Amino acid sequence: MCNQIHLTYVVSGEDFTRAGEASSDVKAKLKQMGVSPESVRKVAIAMYEGEINMVIHANGGTIDVEIDPNEIRMTLKDEGPGIPDIDLAMQAGYSTAPDLVRSLGFGAGMGLPNMKKYSDYMEIQSEVGVGTTVFMKVIF
Amino acid sequence: MTIKDVKEILGAKVVCCEDNLYKEVHTACGADMMSDVLAFVKDQSVLLTGLCNLQTIRTAEMMDIICIVFVRGKKPDEVMIQLAEENGIVLLTTGHRMFSACGMLYEKGLRGGAPYV
Repeated sequence: MCNQIHLTYVVSGEDFTRAGEASSDVKAKLKQMGVSPESVRKVAIAMYEGEINMVIHANGGTIDVEIDPNEIRMTLKDEGPGIPDIDLAMQAGYSTAPDLVRSLGFGAGMGLPNMKKYSDYMEIQSEVGVGTTVFMKVIF
Repeated sequence: MTIKDVKEILGAKVVCCEDNLYKEVHTACGADMMSDVLAFVKDQSVLLTGLCNLQTIRTAEMMDIICIVFVRGKKPDEVMIQLAEENGIVLLTTGHRMFSACGMLYEKGLRGGAPYV
C-alpha cells in the first residue's frame, strides 16, 4: 500500500514577496496529516530558508517533496550560479546577498546553517555556472 | 501574559485579528534580521520588529509566532495584513523604539526563552 505523498513546487525568482508559499503549503499539509508541531516547525524553517535562498541567489527553481508516514524528503534544485566554496557558504555569518535583500531582513548568512540545524540529513551538490541541488530529510 | 496585556503595556494599536487577543504569550523575540528569528524563537511567542515587509509575516507563520509588534511607528500594508489574517497572527503597532518596547515587556515578566548555544 502506497502511503506516500509527492508534491512539486515551482519557485519564481521574479517576485520576492511570493517566496515562502511552497514552504507554507507543505507546513499546512503536514499539520493536516497530524505530524508533531515540533517536526512541522523544523520542516517549515529548513524548507523556508532553502526557498528564500533559491529566490535570493538563483532566480528561483523547483522543490520536490516526498512525505512518508515517518519522514519527509525535500529536493531543492536550481539553475543558478552555483556555490564556489560550499564549506565557506556553510559558515554562520557568511553571505553573498545583495543590499536590497539585506534591507528586507535577510542576508545574515544563517540560511544554510539553519537548514543544517533543523534537518536530520542535508546534502549539497553544486557546480559553478550550472546550478545547485540541496537535499534535506526530516524524520518525524 | 496575554496578547491583550502586551497591547496595554505598550499602548499599542491592534491592526488585525482582534479576536485572538486572549491568547497567552510565553516568550518574546526582538529582531530585525529574519534568520535570528528563525534560529531561536519558541512557539507561542511575540515578535517585536522594525522590519515591515511581507516576509516578516511569512517568517512568523513558519515559526508559529502568534503576535507581531511593529516598533518605531512602522505600519504593515494591506498584503501583509491579509496574510496575517489568514494565519490568525495578531498585528500590533507602537511608536516605542525596540529597546524601550522590549524593556517594558521584560519589566512585566516576559522573557526570551533559551540562551544562544
